[in-house]
Amino acid sequence: MNQPIIQIKDLYKSYPSKSGLAVALEHINLDIYPGEIFGIIGMSGAGKSTLVRCINFLEKPTSGTVIFDGQDLSTLSRKELCKARQSMGMIFQQFNLLMQRTALQNICFPMEIAGTKKEQAIARARELLKLVDMENKEDAYPSQLSGGQKQRVAIARALATNPKVLLCDEATSALDPKTTRAILNLLKDISKRLGITVIIITHEMAVIEEICQRVAIIDNHVIAETGTVADVFSRPKEEATKRLVYPEERKLPDFRSAHCYRLIFDGTAAKEPVISNMIMECKTPVNIVAADTRVIEGETFGQMIIQIPDEVNQVNLQRILVYLENKHISVEEVSECLNLS
Amino acid sequence: MLEFIMSLCATTAQNGQMILENTGISIYIVLLSTLFSYLFGIPTGIILVVTAKDGIHPMPVFNQILGVIVNLLRSVPFLLMIFMIMPITMVITGTSFGPNATIVPLVFSAAPFVARLIESSLREIDFGVIEAAQSMGASNWQIITKVMLPESGPSLLVGAAIAATTILGYSAMAGVLGGGGLGDVAIRYGYYRYEKPLMYICIILLVIITQIVQEAGLRISVKSDKRLH
Repeated sequence: MNQPIIQIKDLYKSYPSKSGLAVALEHINLDIYPGEIFGIIGMSGAGKSTLVRCINFLEKPTSGTVIFDGQDLSTLSRKELCKARQSMGMIFQQFNLLMQRTALQNICFPMEIAGTKKEQAIARARELLKLVDMENKEDAYPSQLSGGQKQRVAIARALATNPKVLLCDEATSALDPKTTRAILNLLKDISKRLGITVIIITHEMAVIEEICQRVAIIDNHVIAETGTVADVFSRPKEEATKRLVYPEERKLPDFRSAHCYRLIFDGTAAKEPVISNMIMECKTPVNIVAADTRVIEGETFGQMIIQIPDEVNQVNLQRILVYLENKHISVEEVSECLNLS
Repeated sequence: MLEFIMSLCATTAQNGQMILENTGISIYIVLLSTLFSYLFGIPTGIILVVTAKDGIHPMPVFNQILGVIVNLLRSVPFLLMIFMIMPITMVITGTSFGPNATIVPLVFSAAPFVARLIESSLREIDFGVIEAAQSMGASNWQIITKVMLPESGPSLLVGAAIAATTILGYSAMAGVLGGGGLGDVAIRYGYYRYEKPLMYICIILLVIITQIVQEAGLRISVKSDKRLH
């Protein structure tokens, strides 16, 4: 792969608090490559918002380095840092638009800061309004816009100075699911069209699934896991990842006496109704106790727990297991603590 | 009642010239005092917000000291302020009485009040908006001039109306200095010389001016506020 656009090395961030130092982030190492859509997911309080603010130095890391586009941000003067920030757009959960300015004026704002000529700024702002599908709202004030529309203006504003990176801090958390999807599609489209790197901070799995290629899971101030979305979500290794992938504690009735098996779908299984074919082929009924699968990039990922009735004999049981193995579905016996994670 | 109104009319007719003149003086005092109070109050208010612990350029010790100074000035009763800073008034205006001599202590009393009004208006701005400006690479100066002041515009206008009416109230006390204006007339003629109708007329005029300023400030503020439409 080519040179990362953002490189975070051994980043550490703590805040002074009443009881000494409160650690916000520890040992953070991340490489983010140009053009990718990178997700950072974690529960609230995990430190993800602090992390995104460390990327553009809104928060100064206590130690460690952030290298953006070849520049170590900690070595920059205030002025140089302001300049560097113009290459990093940012959008927020609460949109943070200027309430006393129209949509068009809001988009012109970063260009005013950068010292762009007025006519040029207005022309660019109109272009951007078109890009985010808001051409007819240029004179509307934020209070006249819906949440989704405000976020569109905020995206246009963040793109005004032609940034290389777009940081999204819980950008869809204040929006309803339909609007969320529309905004995510817009981000995806922009990333593709402009070749811009997008970093998405969220606590919602669905957001990551929808548009991210790679993901980092942040838990308790450290990065628990990093990898492609398909990898991380189909076989969550760390406890933290499992908690996110399967958010609700799904306690199931006690099946300890029964034969319960966990089937893991990792995207390689054939596209056929595996379970019903298995039942017909092995002539053995099974009980689906729980299932949690999702489709990522066209492949099925997730797991399912099936229970095989006690009266099924060993031979039939073996047939089932062999059948599943042939279908590239890994199977493990679940003895206790029947919890989907 | 009718008799009372009649006497008010008669007094007005008799003293029309004086009343008009002193209304003018009152407005002159209030306008200039408000202007100068804002001249000092705006930067002070901005500095109070910017250097606060959670401000964009934290300087906690300096902020505390400035805060104490502002509070000290605010806690001196206006009547005493007049006498306390008399020497300064002399230096600035060359006189210790008259409208101009009233303006100096008024500014001393009102500027810290204005600073607090500005501070509270600026504090109303959502920090997220300031953070957004920072993320775009705005300097602190740009944040003050392009975000904090314009975004709190409507609130600053309401504050200005409050400041002007408060200063009008204080200015009435300046009768002690022979400062001129409606308050002066009310005290000298109405109170000391028992010309009650004249006092009532002055009071009525003060009430009207206060109403106009307050109402106008509020209306302009609401009209200019883009959050409300």
